[in-house]
Amino acid sequence: MEFFHYLGATTRASFTKLGRSSFFLISILAGISSVCVRPRLLLKQLHSVGVLSFLIITISGLFVGMVLGLQGFYLLSRFGAEETLGVMVATSLVRELGPVVAALLFAGRAGSALTAEIGLMKATEQLSGMEMMAIDPIKRIISPRFLAGFLSMPLLAALFSAVGIIGGQVVGTGLLGVDDGAYWSQMQANLDFRGDIINGVIKSIVFGFVTSWIALFEGYDAIPTAEGVSRATTRTVVNSAFSILGLDFILTALMFGDN
Amino acid sequence: MDNLNPTQDSLVSVHNLTFSRGERKIFDDISLEFERGKITAIMGPSGTGKTTLLKIIGGQLFPAQGSVTVNGRDVHHLKRDELYTLRKRMGMLFQSGALLTDMNVFDNVAYPVREHTHLPESMIRSLVLMKLEAVGLRGARNLMPNELSGGMARRVALARAIALDPMMIMYDEPFTGQDPISMGALVLLIKSLNTTLGLTSIIVSHDVYETAAIADYIYVLSEGKVVGQGTPEQIKHSSSEWVQQFMNGAADGPVHFHYPAKEYMDDLLHSEKSFQPLFSRQRPPSDRNAKRKRYS
Repeated sequence: MEFFHYLGATTRASFTKLGRSSFFLISILAGISSVCVRPRLLLKQLHSVGVLSFLIITISGLFVGMVLGLQGFYLLSRFGAEETLGVMVATSLVRELGPVVAALLFAGRAGSALTAEIGLMKATEQLSGMEMMAIDPIKRIISPRFLAGFLSMPLLAALFSAVGIIGGQVVGTGLLGVDDGAYWSQMQANLDFRGDIINGVIKSIVFGFVTSWIALFEGYDAIPTAEGVSRATTRTVVNSAFSILGLDFILTALMFGDN
Repeated sequence: MDNLNPTQDSLVSVHNLTFSRGERKIFDDISLEFERGKITAIMGPSGTGKTTLLKIIGGQLFPAQGSVTVNGRDVHHLKRDELYTLRKRMGMLFQSGALLTDMNVFDNVAYPVREHTHLPESMIRSLVLMKLEAVGLRGARNLMPNELSGGMARRVALARAIALDPMMIMYDEPFTGQDPISMGALVLLIKSLNTTLGLTSIIVSHDVYETAAIADYIYVLSEGKVVGQGTPEQIKHSSSEWVQQFMNGAADGPVHFHYPAKEYMDDLLHSEKSFQPLFSRQRPPSDRNAKRKRYS
C-alpha cells in the first residue's frame, strides 16, 4: 500500500514540476522582447555561456575527430575504401556527434554553471531583492541567459564538427596516408547540405533550447540551500543528458527515417 | 496581553491575516497597523514568520485569508504592473543585503535608478554618491560585494533601498550578526533616515535592546499570534509572562528550554526498542509532531 502511495506522490510531484517548468518557459519567452531592448545583457551572457565554452568544445571536437579518423581508417581500409574517410568523419560529426557531444559538453560546462549561478542568486535573496526593487528577474536575469544558450549551441556544435573534420584529416591524411584531395572531394560530393548539415543544425537548436530551459529552471526552482543548489546542478546535468539522447533518437528517426 | 489601539493614520494595514506553510499555521488571524512616519518593530523568536510577514506585505507571498493594504491599496489584488509601481515606493533591506554580486557598490546603488528612470549618467552619479554619503560609504564605491563586511553590505543595501526615495522601508533582521560598532552605526542610521527622509519603517528583529531603542511601536509575535503590542515602555512593563521572557531573554518560562521528549530518567534507563531501518523515509510519529508542540 505504501508503495502505491509513494508511486502516486512521485507521479503527482513530477507532473506538478512539469507544469511549473512550462509556465516558467512561457515567462522566459515573454521576457525575450525586453532582452532585445537591452542587447548588452545578451552580449554579456553570450560571452559567459558561449565564448567561455569555446576551449572545451574545440579540444573535445579535435580529439573526437582524430578518433573517428583512426577508427574509420581501420574499418574502411578492410574494404579498400579509405578514400571515403572524409565522408565518414564528416557525416558522423555533422549528423550526430557534433550536435550530441557538443550539447552534452555544453550541459556540463555552461548548464551546470547557469543552475549554480541562478540557485545561488536565489539562496542569497538576489532574485527576491530584484523583485522588491520592481525589477522582473525573469526579464533581466533568466531570459538573456536562455537566449544566449539557445544562440550559442548551434554555433558551438558547428565549431565542434568543423574542428572534428580537421582532426580526422590530420590523422587520416597526415598520419595514415589517405589522399588529401580524396578526403575533401569525397566529403564535398557526398555530404548533403539540407539532409545532413541543416538537420544537424536543427538538432543543435533543439538541444540548446532544452538544455538552457532545464538549466535555468533547475536553478530557479532549487531549494535555496547549499545542498539544494548542489542537487539542482546534478539534476541539470543528468536531465539534460537524458533529454539530449532521447530527443536525438526521436529527431534522427524523423529526419533520417526514410534513408 | 496589552491591548492598545494605534492611530488610524496607517501607511500599512494588515487585517485578519492567516498564512500557512503546509500544515503549519505561520499567522493565525493577526491584525497589525504601521503608522506613517514612525518606526514599528515586529519582534519574536526565530521561526515565527517575521520575514514571511515582510514578504506578504511586499506582495511576494499570498495569504490564505485576510488583506494587506499599503497606502490604501490592497497589495494582493493589484495587477503586476500596479504592484511593481507600488514596490518602487517600498524599499526593503534583506538580512543578507542581497547585493548583486557581479556589480560593484556604485553600480548596485545605481541599479534601480538606471532600471526605472532615464536620468543622464552624470545625474545618476551625483544621486548615487549622495545616497552612499548618507550611509557613510562614498569611499567604498569601487569595492565589490565580496570585499565588504556584513555591516558594510547592509549599509550599501540600505543606500540602494533609499535610491528611489521610497515612502517606506522594511528591514529584515538588520542587526543580526553585527559587531557592536556596525550595530551602533546601523541603529543610528535607521533612526536618522527615518527622521530626515520622513520614512515609515518596519523593522523585523529579535535584537531586543537595539530595536526597542529606536522603535515607536512594537508588536511581539509568537506561534502565529500577536502576544504583545505597545510602545517600548509599555512592552517593557507588559503583564504577559511570554513577553517578559522574550524581552528579558530568560532561558525558561512559557517557552520551554527543553525540546519535547519523554521523561529524562526513563530515556536514560531504557534503550530504543523499536527497530529503525537504515533508509527509513519516515521519522517516528513522536518526532514528527514534536516541533508543533514546542510552545504548547
